[in-house]
Amino acid sequence: MTRLHIDWTACHGRGACTELLDGVLRPDDWGYPTGPGGSDIAIPADRIRDARDAVSLCPRLALTLRPSPRT
Amino acid sequence: MIDNQPSVRRLLAAHSPSLHDHVRTFGPRPAPAAAELIGELERAGLDGRGGAGFPVHRKLQTVAAQPRRRGTPIVIGNGSEGEPLSAKDATLLAAAPHLVLDGLLICADALGATEAHLVVGALTEAGVRAALAERSDTHAVRLRVETGGFVGGEATAVVAGIAGGRPVPADRPARLAVSGLHRRPTMVQIVETLAHIALIARHGAVWHRAVGTTDAPGTRLVSVSWGQHTPRVFEVLGGSSLRSLLHAAGAPDATSTLVGGFHGAWVPASALDAPLSVAGLAPYGASPGAGILHPLAQGACGIQVTARTLATLAAASAGQCGPCANGLPRIVELMRELLAGADTVAELRRIAGLIEGRGACHHPDGTIRMLRSALVVFADDVAAHAHGHCLARSEVKA
Repeated sequence: MTRLHIDWTACHGRGACTELLDGVLRPDDWGYPTGPGGSDIAIPADRIRDARDAVSLCPRLALTLRPSPRT
Repeated sequence: MIDNQPSVRRLLAAHSPSLHDHVRTFGPRPAPAAAELIGELERAGLDGRGGAGFPVHRKLQTVAAQPRRRGTPIVIGNGSEGEPLSAKDATLLAAAPHLVLDGLLICADALGATEAHLVVGALTEAGVRAALAERSDTHAVRLRVETGGFVGGEATAVVAGIAGGRPVPADRPARLAVSGLHRRPTMVQIVETLAHIALIARHGAVWHRAVGTTDAPGTRLVSVSWGQHTPRVFEVLGGSSLRSLLHAAGAPDATSTLVGGFHGAWVPASALDAPLSVAGLAPYGASPGAGILHPLAQGACGIQVTARTLATLAAASAGQCGPCANGLPRIVELMRELLAGADTVAELRRIAGLIEGRGACHHPDGTIRMLRSALVVFADDVAAHAHGHCLARSEVKA
């Protein structure tokens, strides 16, 4: 399962990812992305393109795509 | 009734911190090869003494297994001890600095490290400098005084501080043992762990396991405090019951007890016969962690103590990660409202869910674990406060 890793030390909750990955991510009370997996969000196969866009469009470079969560 | 005296002297066996007494008590520093040391530590079942309880031999194994192109390994002894309820690492550095240095150098030699760092708090700096000056084998050791506060003791924060940056936790795609300081394989161990390594390298795994229990072998240092008392430190047998440890320390031994520190969990008063071991504490969501026991003082309110602790933890956030920087202050507000008579429990649980698992370090998760345990252990107090009453106060009146 592909995972979208969020570097919380970089994320400022600008919201690009929550728009591009609507249905997977949603903003929390403060605008930070929240979804299944905490810091390593499970990305369904049909949304990997959107996840790639989120990675490249994140103004804080806070996102990375990983084949599996860090062990 | 307390039958067994849980106190024992292994780490604290020397009469003074001097090199002379150290060598007289423990003998010279051995120099085992990596495979020999790792095997002995695995058989000894030594777990890290910083909180996470990670098997010590596995960190060494990972560092030793890295290909040479990743760079010469680095070893780091972490004695920064940012946890306010813990004093064991400072006590150990003051009483047995040479045992800690032995452990650091044993690891450095076994792993082929040419660079070793020892990070200590300001109070122990002078003693450790004196110890370094006493010996001729510590040219590779660099001493660093850390004042990074609560989260400054986290391993990635310690590495960031040594590298010259702000000592705050980092988002790490790889483990430190693979890519740590200067991207080189880096072993970070708490100073108590290093002292145990120094003893196991001398006496072996069988000796280590001769005391304690099968699942909590050897000894460990514990810090016991209650109310406003400063923590007292004891070396105790692994697997001792919480009650026997509290009793031996002269602490309240019949009230709910925070085990593992500010990131630990409250263990109910009814469960104090549980052993200080991973299996014994698991039912309460607690673990031996860094060996911290903090019983509720007689007549104190667990919710008030928890609210104060949460305020300290919120202030200790490095402020880097949004869910922690925003969520913990919100938790503190909700606890204040609860103490003022509002039923905020459902909202507390919802915000807790927004914080958990969403930070670069363990600070948000550890804080929420402590909060959740308080909501369970002090459920009656929570219900009373939600209706404007405090059970502790009414008991005092009665």
